[in-house]
Amino acid sequence: MVSAWGSRGAFVGLFAGLIVLPHLLSFSQKEVAVFLVINVLVVVSYRLLTLTGEWSLAHVVITGVGAYASTLLAKRLGVPVPVAMPLGAAVAALTAYVLSFPLFRMKAFYFLIGSFAAGEVIRLCWKRFREPFGGPKGIKLIPSVPDIDIGIVDVAFFDPVNYYYLCLVVVTASVVVLRRLEQSRIGLTFHAIHWQDKLAESVGVDTRRYRTLAFVIASFFGGLAGALLAHYLGTVNPNQFDVESMVYVLVWVIVGGTATIYGPILGVVALTVVNEIVLRELGVDQARPLIYGAILIASILFLPDGLESLGPKMKRAFVRARERSDRGGTRG
Amino acid sequence: MTELLLQTCVNAVYASSFMALIAVGLMLIFGVMGVVNFAHGELFMLGAYCVVFVYADRDFPFFLAVMIGLVFVGVLGILMERALFRPVRDNPLAGLIASIGLLLMLQAAVAMGFGVRMEHINPPNQATFHPFGLEGVVVALQRLYVIIGAGVVLASLWVFLRRTRFGWALRACAQDPEAAALQGISINQTARLAMFIAAAMAGLAGALAAPLVRTYPYMGHSVIVTAFIVTIVGGLGSLGGAVTAAVLYGFVHTFVTTFSDGVIADIVGLLLMLLVLVARPTGLLGVRDRD
Repeated sequence: MVSAWGSRGAFVGLFAGLIVLPHLLSFSQKEVAVFLVINVLVVVSYRLLTLTGEWSLAHVVITGVGAYASTLLAKRLGVPVPVAMPLGAAVAALTAYVLSFPLFRMKAFYFLIGSFAAGEVIRLCWKRFREPFGGPKGIKLIPSVPDIDIGIVDVAFFDPVNYYYLCLVVVTASVVVLRRLEQSRIGLTFHAIHWQDKLAESVGVDTRRYRTLAFVIASFFGGLAGALLAHYLGTVNPNQFDVESMVYVLVWVIVGGTATIYGPILGVVALTVVNEIVLRELGVDQARPLIYGAILIASILFLPDGLESLGPKMKRAFVRARERSDRGGTRG
Repeated sequence: MTELLLQTCVNAVYASSFMALIAVGLMLIFGVMGVVNFAHGELFMLGAYCVVFVYADRDFPFFLAVMIGLVFVGVLGILMERALFRPVRDNPLAGLIASIGLLLMLQAAVAMGFGVRMEHINPPNQATFHPFGLEGVVVALQRLYVIIGAGVVLASLWVFLRRTRFGWALRACAQDPEAAALQGISINQTARLAMFIAAAMAGLAGALAAPLVRTYPYMGHSVIVTAFIVTIVGGLGSLGGAVTAAVLYGFVHTFVTTFSDGVIADIVGLLLMLLVLVARPTGLLGVRDRD
């Protein structure tokens, strides 16, 4: 009971911190905070996909599908932005459903490479077909989220702080949904498929259907993240969703760890903070990929379970050290 | 029209031979170590930059630069095996991630050392000739170097794998590492050898093709994408499949580029691969599914 209250207190503290946070930052840091919150949704949705044991390289392109779909709906068809965003996410989910037919014939490396190819085909189509995707330069002047203006409340989403709050609400709700999903029967089945897919099949689990389900749900939330990004930036282009961005998502997830939902969040927050505070202050813009690469290699060699494993590991080491000193004490 | 077709065929032979050098190396690494080396395109890029450094900037002979590229990249391959792939051998995903980390580092290091601008390299030999006395078909001598180089290297690799004890050891490791180790074959040594050969082949391809392709720090990207397509279409673990798929892809891509445009050709190539994967999820000549 005490610990439950303690963790609840920690969450309340965390949210208070998140609400106060943007007011303590400079303008460019506020923008970074917006991107960070959106990226949290990207990595958390990506983790859902990896729960079934398949690593896709198409996730960033899928977020791009959400961004492009929401953009085109809002700009060409005049759909109101708050409606276009979930519709864009639905288009991303639908795309994933269609892709699942060829992709889930493959497993492991074939799936990895197959998803990469499928993603590149989509991206190259954006690049090649000027109508309606705008070609290599993409689409500019995307309608932004309409301001809320009811009497005393006047919220303009052009302001990064307000957009940050909007993203925070959407992303928190999504993370809660994804967490609930993982704890449900469906989520447990995902885990079962990851660790024992033959055994799961033998008790009547249709593994391919569950893999597809994970892929579609992950793509919905990924697409939502893409839509949030597009209507904030006001522009989308194919290069935003290239394989380099996918590599960064992989780095965040791997460095954070995938055992719990907090791992990827920890990874993206830690690396963004390192990136923005340490590297930008040092002014080593060109060397940034070098440092990112080194961090990636170091974490895969020395911390293969990610940052999230650091806490329990240190706790164990601490307990062991205390036991040793206790033994030493009785002997002496 | 016949001459355009023939010219396209010549270009396709060049494209396939250069792709075969890279794809066979990628396959060799996967076969022996079970790792998909994402940094393979960067090994190719380093081969090209050896030519920039030795030949274009310092005016040493071109073939000396090619030899230096081959050895330098090969030795780098040995270092990669020791530092990255050996510690994570039982976890293929970790090897892949480590190679992505290396990819970022190599790109950034070259971009910092040479700048991100495209390098201009004069081909050492500007001569061209008309094969079989056909006026409309032109072959640059530089392209012929790549074709001959690839042919010689692939043929000697084939002889090496079939006729020498080291080659047998290598194939044994690719088939079943544990059984190979029981026969007294050192897995570490074999992996080192495979990594050297594979990296040196990528370096050779980059060095020979440097005057012909756009040489810049991020040139590895398009190469690795194509190499993946080729290895998957050929079937992971089959060297003959890699060569066959390289020729197939080289011809399809060159013809579509000639008669349509480059981006469409990329899309067609990727769709070709997806089609093969859907029809035969282990590739054209792939036999086993390595778990």
